[in-house]
Amino acid sequence: MDNLQIATPEIFLLAATCAVLVVGLFTQAKSNTVYWLSQLTLVITLIMSLTQIGDDATTGFSGAYTVDSLSASLKSWVLIIAIGIFLYSRDYVGSRKIARSEYFVLGLFAVSGMMIMVSATHMLTVYLGLELLALSQYAMVALHRDNSEASEAAMKYFVLGALASGMLLYGMSMIYGATGSLNLNVIGDILAGNSESMSAERTIGARFGLTFLIVGIAFKLGAVPFHMWVPDVYEGAPTSVTMFISTAPKIAAFAMLIRLLVGGLETLHADWQQMLAIMAALSMVVGNLIAIAQTNIKRMLAYSTISHVGFLLMGIVGTTAEGYSASMFYAITYAFTTLAAFGVLLAVSREGFEADQLSDLAGLGKRNVLLATVMMLAMISLAGVPPAVGFYAKLSVLQAAVGAGFTWLAILGVIMSVIGAFYYLRIIKLMFFDDPTDTAEVRPAGDVSAVLAINGAAVLALGIAPGIIMSACIAAFG
Amino acid sequence: MSFPLLSLTIWLPILAGFLIIALGDGPARKIAAAASVLTLLVSLPLYFGFDPSTSAMQFRESIAWLPGFDINYELGVDGISMPLIILTTLINVIVVISAWEVIKDRPAMYLGAFSIMTGLMIGVFSALDAILFYIFFEATLIPMFLIIGIWGGPRRVYATIKFFLYTFLGSVFMLIALIYMYREGGTFNILGMHTLELGKDQQFWIFLAFLAAFAVKIPMWPVHTWLPDAHVEAPTAGSAVLAAIMLKMGGYGFLRFSLPITPDASARLDMFMIAISLVAVVYIGFVALAQRDMKKLIAYSSISHMGFVTLGIFIAFRLIAKGDDAGVALGLEGAIIQMVSHGFISAAMFLCVGVMYDRIHSREIADYGGVINTMPIFAAFMVFFAMANAGLPGTSGFVGEFMVILASFKTNFWIAFLAASTLILGAAYTLWMVKRVIMGPIGNDKVAALTDINPREFWMLAILAIFVLLIGVWPNVIGSVMHASIENLVQHISTPKY
Repeated sequence: MDNLQIATPEIFLLAATCAVLVVGLFTQAKSNTVYWLSQLTLVITLIMSLTQIGDDATTGFSGAYTVDSLSASLKSWVLIIAIGIFLYSRDYVGSRKIARSEYFVLGLFAVSGMMIMVSATHMLTVYLGLELLALSQYAMVALHRDNSEASEAAMKYFVLGALASGMLLYGMSMIYGATGSLNLNVIGDILAGNSESMSAERTIGARFGLTFLIVGIAFKLGAVPFHMWVPDVYEGAPTSVTMFISTAPKIAAFAMLIRLLVGGLETLHADWQQMLAIMAALSMVVGNLIAIAQTNIKRMLAYSTISHVGFLLMGIVGTTAEGYSASMFYAITYAFTTLAAFGVLLAVSREGFEADQLSDLAGLGKRNVLLATVMMLAMISLAGVPPAVGFYAKLSVLQAAVGAGFTWLAILGVIMSVIGAFYYLRIIKLMFFDDPTDTAEVRPAGDVSAVLAINGAAVLALGIAPGIIMSACIAAFG
Repeated sequence: MSFPLLSLTIWLPILAGFLIIALGDGPARKIAAAASVLTLLVSLPLYFGFDPSTSAMQFRESIAWLPGFDINYELGVDGISMPLIILTTLINVIVVISAWEVIKDRPAMYLGAFSIMTGLMIGVFSALDAILFYIFFEATLIPMFLIIGIWGGPRRVYATIKFFLYTFLGSVFMLIALIYMYREGGTFNILGMHTLELGKDQQFWIFLAFLAAFAVKIPMWPVHTWLPDAHVEAPTAGSAVLAAIMLKMGGYGFLRFSLPITPDASARLDMFMIAISLVAVVYIGFVALAQRDMKKLIAYSSISHMGFVTLGIFIAFRLIAKGDDAGVALGLEGAIIQMVSHGFISAAMFLCVGVMYDRIHSREIADYGGVINTMPIFAAFMVFFAMANAGLPGTSGFVGEFMVILASFKTNFWIAFLAASTLILGAAYTLWMVKRVIMGPIGNDKVAALTDINPREFWMLAILAIFVLLIGVWPNVIGSVMHASIENLVQHISTPKY
């Protein structure tokens, strides 16, 4: 019974999702019932996982599932962001040929997958959570089934994603061969030589497996050189699905990285540290430089994501608790800043018109000043300019990198963030300095406007008082 | 804890700025005027309640802000920062007056942005925590970016992005240096960083990081190229604030960070710094001579005058080597007086150009001629400020330059000779412009149709003229408050850290 208790939010979410799926069969295509039920499910699950914050770390299901302060706060953030995603995409999904009840149901399944990933301390649970998330996402990308670009993106995502999963599984099997366990805590003990001595050959086997694990993780995060899918999928998928892919799953992927590398393989940190440092450097360089050349805003944000993954990894290479909490802060703030940016894009789009070119934002400051201001705050935050919250995210990972002796990486990071500032500024320029080319009225629903305003204000307010999230991140690795 | 006067001076204009934007264009001007005057009044006790006998930080406030990071909300002023704060609040009032009926496109956003920027700039001058300083320092870029980009001239987009990226690139290196020092010393407190024992190589790299930030900001040759673009394209008040206050952040940064934190590296590199300061003074002076655009001319004259500030700051180390402490203080005080004086004069010059631009919509010198015939009162002001810009004795422009030249003479004749050439060059480019614009017969029909300044413009220029004269005849009005702080700084930088 104890086992089930720690997983109550997930169990509830899964049961409710199945119920929503059935309800979806009997509702009319245009009704919002499924949307409201999904939101209700998420809110209840959020409350349930908020109550887990502050509980002692508990492991159940024979060590396969753990609830600790890391999982409790990351799950809450995943849920909060999912609520935002559903709200922003409601009207978008409703006005297009997208099966709307399927969109929300698949979204709920993806959220369950993420919650499982966040709590998984066993390689099989990690893999189960990951696949639940990934399969839902493949389907979501393809939801716009009459659109050839979306189908192409889905196919590409699926093939490459399956390849990455294969790599991950192969790595897991190697580590199993070397250590004789799939439980990450046990693996950690064995590798550290606590329970039995590790022979040199077996350590090499574990390292070999580690390399494949890194490939799998890097693919899911979208780090260079495993980033090829990111721009194509971002561009091809319906904007609401792009928003989904680019926000909450990054938090889950961060959790997976922490569980696998820090929880299980920390003894081998000398090996993965270097790989992550190189990937971080490459991601920052490639992401920022290629983003400049983009004219499609979704592709631009895709490369921007890649560069932010580089920053996120920068916190982890230091292998200090401080660095892990810095990266956690980065993942969370990145997710809700990007949420605001995509929220604006969805609000600017309308039936028969996709706001996906940079020029579609021209003169937004004159068409709807609220949306333009929210977008501006998001861009300032992504560029890492104070006082927006993105500055603290950058500050904390830079601090971790300098503290761990990776000053070269920190200097590369700040130079790249200046280059990155250029394309974020270009968006502000388009919105405020240029005249509109499109005069159609931009008027999102009242609740969407209100939540967007709150989302934008949070980007600024958390920049002035970042301690609220920061203390939770420090507690998670305390 | 005493009354949080500094916080009030910072947050009053920032909150007022948001209020102005929120309430829209209708009441914008009135709220902006009230807020700017109120901010000025609130800042006055900083001057009158200032204790000039101590070098310690005054009006201190300290609140733990991000305990996990050791970042505190810590404020305080000394004799170096206080005059710059008063300058900021004064210029803010002038900005509101100058924009009163000129800005017709989205006045609420315009005035709100200026109001927010004022608060942020005061924050820069009063922050005692390095990260807090950095936040204010960087945050000022955002309103200025929008001001130039929305209300600027034809090439505004190029100018504003260049301005933003240049200054952003400079300051990120400073951020790395600050983080590094936190790792070494365990504190982000600026005063704590002053006493940090840093070795030779550490100081060298940290000095360069600070140099990247402040040299771009002030700006020094050869990283000055953003300034003529930004100045020319910015709206009148934007140029005035940029020249009057934003450039001073660079000079202030040298005095607050580079000198006390890396005194030995500063001493090692002082000839390099003096050399590029002299290049700014002389070479940029000649460049100014060749300008056809009035705003560009004033922009280059700003760079040249800022060369005096850096010269006054770094000549100190030559004098320390000679054991001439009085000379050191002369140079440093000269630099600060030059900063404050340039704040008034450059703002006034830009506003003068703005007055003419509002009427004729041209900044080209060639489009004017004989303005004195149609605008006699304005011409009197313009000639007065031009004289001050050229360093006429009796105006504030003379005091700072004279002190720096005097300090230079104590070290080396040739340094002083090159520095003093500004008295000729400055007079040449400023007065030649005045001759072509103001004097002579009426140049064309547009000039013939000019109307003289209205009372709003009169008072805007008159207030600035009063301060230029005040500092010119009685430099002690700001000199007296800074003696103790400068003495302390001199003592600090003459003791090697290793």
